[in-house]
Amino acid sequence: MTNKDQYKVGKEPFYQAQSDEVTLYEAAYAARLPVMVKGPTGCGKSRFIEYMAWKLNKPLITVACNEDMTASDLVGRYLLDANGTRWLDGPLTTAARIGAICYLDEIVEARQDTTVVIHPLTDHRRTLPLDKKGELIEAHPDFQLVISYNPGYQSLMKDLKQSTKQRFTAFEFDYPEAKVESEILSKEAGIEIELAAKLVKIGQAARNLKGHGLDEGISTRLLVYAATLIKGGVEAKAACRMALVRPITDDADIRDTLDHAIAATFA
Amino acid sequence: MATPVVDIPAELQSYWKNLDCGFPRVAEVFPECMQEAITKLSNDGIDAYIEHARFLGKMGRGAEPILIFLEEWPGVARSIGEDSLQDIMLFIRKMWKSPNGKAIVPFLQSLPVTARRLPTRDQISDYLSIALDLMERTTGSVHGIHQTFPSPGLPEMFKQIPVLLSQLSLAGLKSWADYGVRFYDDHPERQVEYFSLQSADSKAVMQRERHGTLLVDNDRKLSMYMRGLWQDEDMLIPYSSAFDELRKPIPYYDQLGIRLPDVYDDAQGISGIDRYRAALAHIIAHRRWTKAISADNLSPSQRMAVEVLEDCRVEFLAMREYPGLRSIFTALHPIPAEDACDHEKESGVRHRLAMLSRAILDANHPYKNIHIIEFARRFHELMQQGESSTQSVVDIAVTFIARTRLQSDNLPKTHFKDTEVGFRDDNRHMWYFMEEDDEGEVAADQNRKLEPGEELKGLPPRHYHEWDYNSQSYRPDWVSVYEGLHPQGKASDIDKLLEKHAGLAKRLKKILDLLKPQDKVRIRYQEEGSELDLDVAIRSLIDYKSGAQPDTRINMSHRNDGRNIAVMLLLDLSESLNEKAAGSQQTILELSQEAVTILGWAVEKLGDPFAIAGFHSNTRHDVRYLHIKGYTEQWDDNVKSRLAAMEASYSTRMGAAMRHAAHYLEKQQADKKLMLILTDGEPADIDSKDGRILIEDARQAVKELDQQGIYSYCINLDPKADEYVSDIFGKQYTIVDNVAQLPERLPELFISLTK
Repeated sequence: MTNKDQYKVGKEPFYQAQSDEVTLYEAAYAARLPVMVKGPTGCGKSRFIEYMAWKLNKPLITVACNEDMTASDLVGRYLLDANGTRWLDGPLTTAARIGAICYLDEIVEARQDTTVVIHPLTDHRRTLPLDKKGELIEAHPDFQLVISYNPGYQSLMKDLKQSTKQRFTAFEFDYPEAKVESEILSKEAGIEIELAAKLVKIGQAARNLKGHGLDEGISTRLLVYAATLIKGGVEAKAACRMALVRPITDDADIRDTLDHAIAATFA
Repeated sequence: MATPVVDIPAELQSYWKNLDCGFPRVAEVFPECMQEAITKLSNDGIDAYIEHARFLGKMGRGAEPILIFLEEWPGVARSIGEDSLQDIMLFIRKMWKSPNGKAIVPFLQSLPVTARRLPTRDQISDYLSIALDLMERTTGSVHGIHQTFPSPGLPEMFKQIPVLLSQLSLAGLKSWADYGVRFYDDHPERQVEYFSLQSADSKAVMQRERHGTLLVDNDRKLSMYMRGLWQDEDMLIPYSSAFDELRKPIPYYDQLGIRLPDVYDDAQGISGIDRYRAALAHIIAHRRWTKAISADNLSPSQRMAVEVLEDCRVEFLAMREYPGLRSIFTALHPIPAEDACDHEKESGVRHRLAMLSRAILDANHPYKNIHIIEFARRFHELMQQGESSTQSVVDIAVTFIARTRLQSDNLPKTHFKDTEVGFRDDNRHMWYFMEEDDEGEVAADQNRKLEPGEELKGLPPRHYHEWDYNSQSYRPDWVSVYEGLHPQGKASDIDKLLEKHAGLAKRLKKILDLLKPQDKVRIRYQEEGSELDLDVAIRSLIDYKSGAQPDTRINMSHRNDGRNIAVMLLLDLSESLNEKAAGSQQTILELSQEAVTILGWAVEKLGDPFAIAGFHSNTRHDVRYLHIKGYTEQWDDNVKSRLAAMEASYSTRMGAAMRHAAHYLEKQQADKKLMLILTDGEPADIDSKDGRILIEDARQAVKELDQQGIYSYCINLDPKADEYVSDIFGKQYTIVDNVAQLPERLPELFISLTK
């Protein structure tokens, strides 16, 4: 049997609740309902799930999905070895066996045929058939499936099927309000709240430009990076340029505008 | 001529003798000038001064040159150095020897300004070489040997030098002068208009060459600034600050947008773009925090005070939002000297308000006046409570005016120096007036009906640049393109044409069906395919070894997908199309019509976005762009009827039509954009003397299109087209010699191009 404890979240992750999502998640977990978290990149989706796993004291198995991922990458496969073949459980199977929370990150990136394998786990059956192995796994009572996706990617090609969508309860995340976000920065990176507020201000300037040359605004994650750099002794303006502006754009006009926003915010 | 010995002090007599000048007016000013020269010039400098002045006096151009020189040179030498005198005199001698003697006086008169703007010897000599070049190229000659006619533009340019140098860098001046010489060297009156800054293109070229940060270049950046930092957006409309010296417009905003000067130079260490940002920040702050108040109960000076304090308030709030603005505002805000205003002679209200505004903005202000200090404190107290409001500013403003009132405030002469804050707008939005005064007029203006007999004809023209290969530059807004719907005829004619070519259509249809779209897409899980899919193959092998049923679909292949081409067909509808095609009973126009019909039908079958337009031109002022089919229109009777009515007249100004067509094609969302140009001859127009110009312009248009990602391709019906068509289109052309075959060739060409 796989060691459960290696998947436990050891230390309490810092998570600042934005509203009642913690209680709601607990309720969903109590009923073992599958959960979907939506929201722009770097707004705290993965952190939230990590925090909930810690809070519920359950193991957490995270899978980052990509477009070359096949069903067997999730479920498991036979491997060749000296004596012939050997079965290896995939992360989803492991989670179902040990009763972990299985978190499929950026699910839309996976191929659509892959996402279908989760269906039997997400309804009343709570089973996972391993057709190659000829085994039907009953999910552990503690097992729960969580997926995340970023609606920003939503193009015609990259969307979840209705049949997948309608198996989940959903949380919609967004970048926190300015005040909350400043607190997050200040706690996460250990900087002054005034400085954090300034960083948030720059972040919001960039978020206003979303759709006008920027695909996505500056995320809370990047703001934390900037705050960390400043905490580490980097001069504030340089840290902002490095962590906030250069990563998100190659467009000279936007770069200039955001650089000015930095200069205007840090007098 | 005897030298009159009048009132020349003894110590200056020797200079006077050397000067050897008989003009009584010179004698009047000589002692004074000489005194100045002695204090400002070196000994050698004084000798040169006298020597050259003597030459100017003996030049035979009257007293004026020597008078100006004597008066101005010592001052000028101070700023540019005495060495420059040689260069200047050399230039004057050249003017004197050519027929351009008349330009000497304006040149000398412009010297002090020139010296102020171009304070080094190098700059002066560059400037002189520009002037010399202009002179040599515009001085007329008969039979090419002797220069006989003076340059018409030269003296005019010297007269305009103050304006020119205040707006242009030397490089800008050079290209401005070049342009004038190039286009008007054979037209003295127009040349004079150009160089005296009266003609429209003279102003346009000057605008283009101005130094500083142009609004048009930074429109996107500033829109982002507004959106990103202030969540506001509006049109940015430039107004010209070049020619309105007297009125000096200042920024403002109304329903149509935010008006800003077309150019900002760097000033007080603040870059042009930051000055724009400062002006925008101020305006947006007004939009956010200012509520219009009634103006009726306030006197003009009270209103002025309210405006200034309101400006301070919104700036204060803006700086609270973005503290970095403070350094920009502080640098741009003037610092009026406390004692600059003479309270006996001028009204000091503006001056006091500017000081107050400075004191509010800048805690380290130099002012001692107790009222200034007290009201700045009051202002900050007010702002400490929060945002405050326009109304509460009024109280402070009114008290300030009452407290600091002086008898002289009513004097007509107002102290203006250092009281204008460049980034502030005119505050027209702050007031509303109870009294009905001009409203009647405004309403009448809005309801203006068209006069009888006046008709709205189509869209207003769009202006396009035209490339001038002689100078390797664009002529700004040179061509006017009028766009209109093509008149309609009978759609059934087109259907008849299609029937006539039914055989061809059938053959084409086969080709069309075969037309493979283009992008490669991987298809996995194929039993038979072009490549082995390794992932799947290994999986199958494992299945096989472990005794499960292996998947035999272990290959993959590629498929072409996604035909994504937008097409624009541009038809030359010039007069020459009315000729009979060689070896055919039909005119070229009719054949083109058939060809376009079949092409239109074929493209519709393929489903590519497709537009058709025709063009012809009657001089640069009237290029007509006739819309036949748009991208959103179906291949229906409307389109067919327009096609049926195709007519040919006038000439072929191809470049402008291509640019206009490109602005539609550019907006299409397609991977590939193709512009087909169907023409029967070289670009030409009746107002173009030089045949090359329009060819080179079309070539430039092809380059521009290329930069916009548009592939242009020419189908030429002129058998002699080899001479020019490759100059324009490079290799992207086909010549259809046998015009009778056009209906067949055109769709084929299109198909092979997009295969």
